[in-house]
Amino acid sequence: MLTSLDTTAQPGITEVRGQKTPRGNGLAGSGTQSLVTTSSNTDTRMQWVSHMARIRDAQDRAAFAELFGHFAPRIKGFLMKSGADASLAEECAQDVMATVWLKSHLFDPSRASVATWIFTIARNRKIDILRREKRPEPEDLPWGPEAEPEASDVLALQQESDILGRALQALPPAQRELVEKAYFGDMSHSEIAGETGLPLGTIKSRLRLALDRLRHAMS
Amino acid sequence: MGYEINHHLSPGILMAYAAGTLPEAFNLMVASHLSLCDQCRAEAESYEALGGEVLAETPGNAVTMSDGALEATLALIAGGPVEAPKVASHPPGVLPQPLQDYVGGDIDAIDWKPVGMGVKQAILPTSSEASARLLFIPAGAAMPDHSHHGVEMTMVLQGAFQDEDGYFARGDVEIADADLHHTPVADIHEDCICLAVTDAPLKFRGLLPKIAQPFLRI
Repeated sequence: MLTSLDTTAQPGITEVRGQKTPRGNGLAGSGTQSLVTTSSNTDTRMQWVSHMARIRDAQDRAAFAELFGHFAPRIKGFLMKSGADASLAEECAQDVMATVWLKSHLFDPSRASVATWIFTIARNRKIDILRREKRPEPEDLPWGPEAEPEASDVLALQQESDILGRALQALPPAQRELVEKAYFGDMSHSEIAGETGLPLGTIKSRLRLALDRLRHAMS
Repeated sequence: MGYEINHHLSPGILMAYAAGTLPEAFNLMVASHLSLCDQCRAEAESYEALGGEVLAETPGNAVTMSDGALEATLALIAGGPVEAPKVASHPPGVLPQPLQDYVGGDIDAIDWKPVGMGVKQAILPTSSEASARLLFIPAGAAMPDHSHHGVEMTMVLQGAFQDEDGYFARGDVEIADADLHHTPVADIHEDCICLAVTDAPLKFRGLLPKIAQPFLRI
């Protein structure tokens, strides 16, 4: 199973700057021609990243309102699909968005897209509220001297996220539904994890680089 | 990190951890392994990235928020952090941080209960869907031969053990299902401490351990 995740070639990331269209060589199992145009692209992702910086640095309510308008209904839908009723999902979604503001200093755009970061907060809240369990998290890797991530690393990660998002949308509907079910909590992950053909290998390599850098900064 | 991990977590487990659908005991196992293994941590984060895409890029699932939701959220923010203060982190030790949180410290703080032949265990407080326990196996000693009803995962924290599947040292995880009968033997150089999680009770093949099983709660 592992091999099917690792077969995607590592694209040359560093030479791409400010380029909107993703490179196709990281896409396993979906033709590059079949990419659908959606509101999601690297520019949009970079805008969400700068919204986060405005919230963190200037407590910018307008930036937060836009982020809220986009993500809160998605969080609410995600929680309802996961088994919460509408009022609980509403309350949790507000809570998650409040956490997004209050923890904005912890968001690292060289490690995650805004969507991913919000997903992890919503997931933890779901475990907390729906299952009434605590969720053990891995050890924190404390920031070294290079606290602010490199702009090129941020852009590269956001581009990788975009490639992944487009590949997800390019999946045949039945297969895409399986992936969604895995995250909503009613599918066997071992069946799905290795078989989506999604370009997870590329983003994994990038995240591995980020971790290596962190370890290096710590030592 | 000073040591090499050769036996990793499976993609299915990492995806389930990222999705947040595992029982607490398995979450504890994964969090402990990720604390020691950057390769699996990166893989788990890639599944979180996929979760982010599922959340954000399936607009059909979005559900309209109630009127005044934004204002209510801004009021929450004005009220400041609502979460409980984080538990003080423990100094680095044999146990990774997530385990130290459950034990209340490093190996000196483990409340061992002897289970015979020098083997000791400490059951950790998790939800009942699955169980987690620390095992102490004296250097060179063997665990009773046993097989499994469900899935059992064992991660080495100190020392090493050998069984039919190979050699397992710090950070390595052995994943056993109902088909595997195995007899782990601890390396002779050091007492072996492992974290073991399972979603079903173990079944031992020898007569004595079977009688003892209800008392062991494993």
